[in-house]
Amino acid sequence: MPDPTATEEATSQVQSPFESWGRYPTYGAKLLPLHWQSDFPALTANLHNGALPVGMGRSYGDVCLLKDGNLLVTTAMNRLIDFDPETGLLTAEAGVTLAQVLDFAVPRGFFLPVTPGTKYVTLGGAIANDIHGKNHHTAGTFGRHVTRFELVRSDGSHLLCSPTENPEFYAATIGGLGLTGVITWATLRLKPIVSRKIDYEGIQFHGIDEFLDLTNQAKDIEYTVSWVDVTSKGRNFARGVFMQGDHSAKKDDLRPSPKPKLIFPFEAPGFALNALTVSLFNTAFFHKQIHKRAVALQDYEPFFYPLDKVLRWNRMYGKRGLLQFQYVIPWEHAKEGTVAILREVAKSGLASFLAVLKAFGDVPSPGMMSFPKPGITLALDFPIKPDKSFPLFQRLADMTLEFGGRLYPAKDAAMTAHQFQSFYPQWEQFARYRDPMITSSFWERVTQNS
Amino acid sequence: MSTTPQSTSTPRKILVLGATSGIAEATCRIWASQGASLFLVARNAEKLAAVAADLKTRGASYVDTAVADLDDTDQHPSLLAHAVNSLTGMDIAYLAHGVLGDQTEAERDFNTAAQILHTNFMAPVSLLTWLANFCVQRHAGTLAVLSSVAGDRGRKSNYVYGSSKAGLSAFLDGLRNRIDREGVTVLTIKPGPTKTAMTAGMPKSEKFADVDSVAESIVSAIDKRRDILYVPFQWQPIMFIIRNIPERIFKKLNL
Ligand SMILES: Cc1cc2nc3c(=O)[nH]c(=O)nc-3n(C[C@H](O)[C@H](O)[C@H](O)COP(=O)(O)OP(=O)(O)OC[C@H]3O[C@@H](n4cnc5c(N)ncnc54)[C@H](O)[C@@H]3O)c2cc1C
Repeated sequence: MPDPTATEEATSQVQSPFESWGRYPTYGAKLLPLHWQSDFPALTANLHNGALPVGMGRSYGDVCLLKDGNLLVTTAMNRLIDFDPETGLLTAEAGVTLAQVLDFAVPRGFFLPVTPGTKYVTLGGAIANDIHGKNHHTAGTFGRHVTRFELVRSDGSHLLCSPTENPEFYAATIGGLGLTGVITWATLRLKPIVSRKIDYEGIQFHGIDEFLDLTNQAKDIEYTVSWVDVTSKGRNFARGVFMQGDHSAKKDDLRPSPKPKLIFPFEAPGFALNALTVSLFNTAFFHKQIHKRAVALQDYEPFFYPLDKVLRWNRMYGKRGLLQFQYVIPWEHAKEGTVAILREVAKSGLASFLAVLKAFGDVPSPGMMSFPKPGITLALDFPIKPDKSFPLFQRLADMTLEFGGRLYPAKDAAMTAHQFQSFYPQWEQFARYRDPMITSSFWERVTQNS
Repeated sequence: MSTTPQSTSTPRKILVLGATSGIAEATCRIWASQGASLFLVARNAEKLAAVAADLKTRGASYVDTAVADLDDTDQHPSLLAHAVNSLTGMDIAYLAHGVLGDQTEAERDFNTAAQILHTNFMAPVSLLTWLANFCVQRHAGTLAVLSSVAGDRGRKSNYVYGSSKAGLSAFLDGLRNRIDREGVTVLTIKPGPTKTAMTAGMPKSEKFADVDSVAESIVSAIDKRRDILYVPFQWQPIMFIIRNIPERIFKKLNL
């Protein structure tokens, strides 16, 4: 019988694996929930083995893991602090999720300035990875819309950070992978909307040239993203669906409709996702859109978060987990690089279930270590097969390096120290802003001497 | 600055004692989004301020606070009078403060046991005496009190805490019996283990209830003027069984 008196206080020191979204790697760590802004650094005063703030663990790899260390779980620190409906400025504690922000903001006529493909991420996690959305070409990264935040360091100092206050810590913390201290609260500029709906259009394309044409034509459309079929070869090589959308300008009801939730109930056996099923899925997805063009007026939920409907869908990949691989290659080599990498993936026979292609725009990020830069980005996910996946990742990472690109730490568990240090040559400068108590398995891995 | 998008007719006036506890905070968020007027009491000024700002931002039409240690029963009358004054009335009093305490320590030291009993039993009795009389005078109001399933039967792992809640539950039964006919509702809330946001997404937490759904059940039980709420409801049959295990067997169990 579980102890019926166990409340949040009683469970506050649990030893448990904290899984990242890819469920790989898995490490033991001690979980220390932060309930209140004042909990850090008091809670960690006598700790050894280092600490790392974490949010919802929606990173795929090890930026949100610390082997044998202390994970400061921020999700109970989720209070709102202030909202100004004139300016759209929302101040909230860092553990608030984007889902909670949307629940609050949408009925009031506001939306997130930038959102990733899941709403189950925290404000702190979104800043620390300086996430991007389908509107990178119009809005830049998430960090660009964070006007101010508080950074608490293990020495007890509280730093207010903005472009004008402690600007060096502002720059280091946006995209700073949680390593500069604990973000306790942040102010985010929301943007006004008049409808929950998105004016959506989906267009089939064949090959990267057609993708680039569609990208050019859609410069003024707020959201664009493409799904690409990585299993197709020959005539169908790099076929896909280009998806674009704008917030509907037609005034509409902003209240949510009740939605049933599906939870992926069990671990799929390892064989469920193999080259054949993925290829079948991809073919079906391509032809689901029967017409070359399809238009729809769609609620924002399925448009932005198609996968959130199935909570914990990562279990579909079975016990071994999955790994993403996301690069950006600057325009100079974007096309040849993308074609070469897609060829390499097709050749490997390792199937990627969800391949997402997008052009990043040139809106600069305030973050020193931010991932996005102008060019083409491609995200692939692979079920982990130890003998096959990692050699492929190494080849793809080396190719990315050759084409002048870089990988996204939020989606990585495989790049080598040498690769990381070449992708992010500013890493040593960044390291000066690290909090001495804080580290991550990612950081330990990529800063070893190579 | 904050907004109230969907405030209804006249906002309900709610007094919350122990407002920084996890379940209380989640419950208050629901009331705040309905535009309620809230008076919040807690011990820690900084935490209380954080909760108050959150509820105000979420749409509470009025939020006032008082920092108080509810163990100090002498202060109760003036504290409660002040709260009712600030709210200009009171529709619901929600008692959510309490401590788990250290069972092992309490087995060794009576003072520790007495302290747990004082916080979880004596202090609520003092508050409820004042609040019940206030409500009886006006023939209206709801007293909603967090007890625990742990009060349904003493167990070796936490019988000091359990007996404080058992006493509280019995007191509430009697109080209900006395004042229900005066138009005053007494709700005894018996939560099982509850997880808070922090355990979301972690494999171990499956058997813990989600704090937001616990809060929803509490709000709805108050709206429906119910008497006793086991939350989640599965605890009602479980505790029925546990209460009915013969003592001969129960005393040998490792619970
Ligand atoms: C289905 C899916 C779709 C996704 N789509 C996108 C996408 O379109 N674009 C994109 O950019 N990303 C995307 N991601 C990745 C995800 O947005 C990021 O990994 C995000 O940062 C996760 O947030 P989290 O709250 O889960 O943080 P975690 O994964 O728990 O942590 C991420 C980082 O933030 C740090 N951190 C967390 N809280 C704090 C704090 N309070 N103070 C300081 N540091 C902190 C951690 O140390 C860690 O380095 C997607 C992920 C999934 C699962």
